[in-house]
Amino acid sequence: MNNAKTKPVEKRTSARRRETLAAYGFLAPNFLGFLAFTSIPVIISLFMSFTHWNIFKSPAWVGFENFSSLLGFHHEDARLVPNDPFFWQYVYNTVYLMIGIPIGMMGSLLIALMMNQKLKGIVFFRTIYFLPAVCSGVALLILWKYLYNADIGLINQMIRSVGGALYSSPATGLMTTVLLAIFFGLTMIGCVALIMLLVMYICSRLGLQWKEGIYRVLLIAFGSGVFIAIGAYGGAVHSAILSFISTPPDWLGTVQWAKPALIVMGLWGGLGGYNMILYLAALQGVPSSYYEAAEIDGAGPWAKFWSVTWPMISPTTFFILVMSIIGGFQSGFMTANVMTGGGPAGSTTTIEYYLYQTAFEKFNMGYASTIAWVLFGVILILTLATWKLGGRVVTYE
Amino acid sequence: MNRRTLAKAALYFILSVGAISMLAPFVWMALTSIKQPGEVFAAGGGIKWLPEHFFWRDTIVDCAKYRAWWGNYPDAWNEINIPRLYMSSIFVAAVGTFGQVLTSAMAAYAFARLRFPGRDKLFFAYLATMMVPGSVTMIPLFVILRKMHWINSYSGLIVPGLFSAYGTFMLRQFFMGLPAELEDAAKIDGSGYMGIWMRVILPLSKPALATLTTFTFMGFWGSYMWPLVITVTEPLRTLPIGLRYFVGQHATNYTQLMAGSMIAVVPVLLLFIFNQRYFVEGIKLSGMGGK
Repeated sequence: MNNAKTKPVEKRTSARRRETLAAYGFLAPNFLGFLAFTSIPVIISLFMSFTHWNIFKSPAWVGFENFSSLLGFHHEDARLVPNDPFFWQYVYNTVYLMIGIPIGMMGSLLIALMMNQKLKGIVFFRTIYFLPAVCSGVALLILWKYLYNADIGLINQMIRSVGGALYSSPATGLMTTVLLAIFFGLTMIGCVALIMLLVMYICSRLGLQWKEGIYRVLLIAFGSGVFIAIGAYGGAVHSAILSFISTPPDWLGTVQWAKPALIVMGLWGGLGGYNMILYLAALQGVPSSYYEAAEIDGAGPWAKFWSVTWPMISPTTFFILVMSIIGGFQSGFMTANVMTGGGPAGSTTTIEYYLYQTAFEKFNMGYASTIAWVLFGVILILTLATWKLGGRVVTYE
Repeated sequence: MNRRTLAKAALYFILSVGAISMLAPFVWMALTSIKQPGEVFAAGGGIKWLPEHFFWRDTIVDCAKYRAWWGNYPDAWNEINIPRLYMSSIFVAAVGTFGQVLTSAMAAYAFARLRFPGRDKLFFAYLATMMVPGSVTMIPLFVILRKMHWINSYSGLIVPGLFSAYGTFMLRQFFMGLPAELEDAAKIDGSGYMGIWMRVILPLSKPALATLTTFTFMGFWGSYMWPLVITVTEPLRTLPIGLRYFVGQHATNYTQLMAGSMIAVVPVLLLFIFNQRYFVEGIKLSGMGGK
C-alpha cells in the first residue's frame, strides 16, 4: 500500500531530473560559447574601461579618468571646453547621419503601399528594389565612391549634361528654375504637413487634443513663408543653380556635402530592402473586413489609411524604429573605412569608426572600451525611452 | 479612360522611375567594367554610358583591342586572387552558419519545450545581451583571442560567431508555436528528447530554420569589421576584406575596380534573383518576432 503510493511520485521526480539533465545537455554548447564569447568579454570590457591599456603593456587602473576625459568639460578662458572635442563632433556626425532613418521609413512604407496593389509584374519591381540590400557591402561602397567622383562620376556627369541642356538658353533656364522652385516648395510643404499629421496622431494617442484649425493656419503660414522666401531670393537661387551645374561639388570631398551624400546612398540601399518587406507583410496582414467596415462608414482612401492601415501597422513601425535607432548608433564603420577614411576633416567619422581607430590603430584599448560603454548607455536609454513612448502610441490587437 | 486605369498608369510610372534609379548604378558598374581606363572621362559634358569599342561593332575584330576591353576582368581576377577569396568566404560562412543554427536550435528547444530550474531567468539574460553592441565585446574578444593565439586563424574568424542570442530567440519563438500533440505521440512511442528534437521539432521547423540559415549566412558573408580585425595575412581574407585591399592598391583605377566589384556582386545577385521568393518569405517570418 505504502509502496504503491510513493512510486508515481518517485517516477515523476526522476522524470523531472531526466528532463533537467536533457535541457542542460541541449543548452550546453550554446551556453558555454555564450559565456566565453559574450558574457565574459562584457565583464572584461567593463573592467578595461577603467584602465589605461596599450595592448603591449599590462593594464593600469585609472578609475573614472577615461570617462571624464571622454565626456567631461574643462574651463579655458572662462569658456567650457570639452575634454575630447573629437568625440562630440563624431556624436554629432552619427546623429546627423540618422536623419536618413525617418526618411527611409517613410519611403519604405510608400513603396510597400505601392507593392501591395494588385498589379501585374509587381514581383519584378520588388526584386529590383531589393537588389541593393542583398549585395550590400564593400563592392557597392566602391561603386558609390565612383558615382560620387567629382570628375568622372555618373552623378556629376548627369548634372552637367542634363543641367547643361536645360540651361542652354536663358528662357528655358529661367523656366526650369521656376519649376524647380515650385516643386521644392510643394515638397517642403508636403513634408511639413506629413510631420504635423504624425505629431497630431501621436498627441491624440497620448490624450492631448489639437484643434484642426490651428493645424491649417500653421500650414498655410508655413507654405506662404516658403514661397515668399523663394520669391525674394529667386535671383540668388537662379545664379546658385547655374554655378552648381557648371561646377558640381566633389560630393565626398567637401565637408558640407559628404554627410548628405552618404544619407542618399543609404536611402538607395535601404528603401526597397528589409524594412519595405516588413511593411509589406504588415500591410498584407490587415484584415480586409476592416477596410470594408471603414468604407461603409464613408471613409475615403486618405481616411482609411489613417484610421485603419496606420494603426494596424504601428507595431511594425515601432519595431523598425527601435531596430534602426540601435543600428544607427553603431553604423558608419564600413563607409568610413572603405570610402572616406572618416574625412574630410572628420566629417564622416562616426562613433563606431572612432572606436575602431582608438582600439586598433592607436591600440588604446582602455579608452576604446570606455567609448563602447558610453555607446551602450546611449543606446540603452534611447531604446527604453522609445519603448516607454511606444507602449502608449502603438496599437496592439 | 476611367480613373482606375489612370491611377494604374501613374503607379507603373512611379515604380518604373524608382526601378531605373535602383538599376542605373548597377548598369554603370557593368558598363564601366568593360571600358578602357582612358574612357571613363566624358568629353564635352555628356554622360558616357557605353564603351567606345564593342567587339561586335568593329568589322575586324582586333585581338589586342579585344583584350583591352575585357582585360579588366583577367587583371582583376589575377590581382585579387578571387577564387581564394571566394573559397575563404564560403568556408567561413558555411561552417559558421551550420554551427550557429545547430547550437541555436538545441538551446531554443530547451528554452521552448523543456522545464528546468532557472529557465526564465537564463532566457532573460540571453535577451538582455542582444542589446549589447558588438563593439563592447569586440575589444576584449580580440585580447582573449590574442592570448589564445587565434589571431589570423579560421578559428578566430568563425568560433566567436557560433553562438547567437538572436538565433536562439527566433527559433524559441517558433518552437513555442508548434503543436504539442505530435511531441506527446512521440513520447508515447518511447522517443527520448534527442529523438523528439531530431524527428519532430526540426522537421516541423523547416521554414524557420531556412530563414535563420539564410540570414546567418548573409551575416557571415557580409561581415566586415571582425574579419578586418582578426585577419592579418592574405590567405585568410574573406571577400569583403580582399576587395578592401584591392581598393587600397587601385585608388582611382575605376575600370578595374568595377570589374572586381562585378566579380564579387554578380554571383550573389544571381543567387538572389532565382531564390527571391524564399528571401521575402523569410524576412516576413523573422519580422513576426517584433509583433
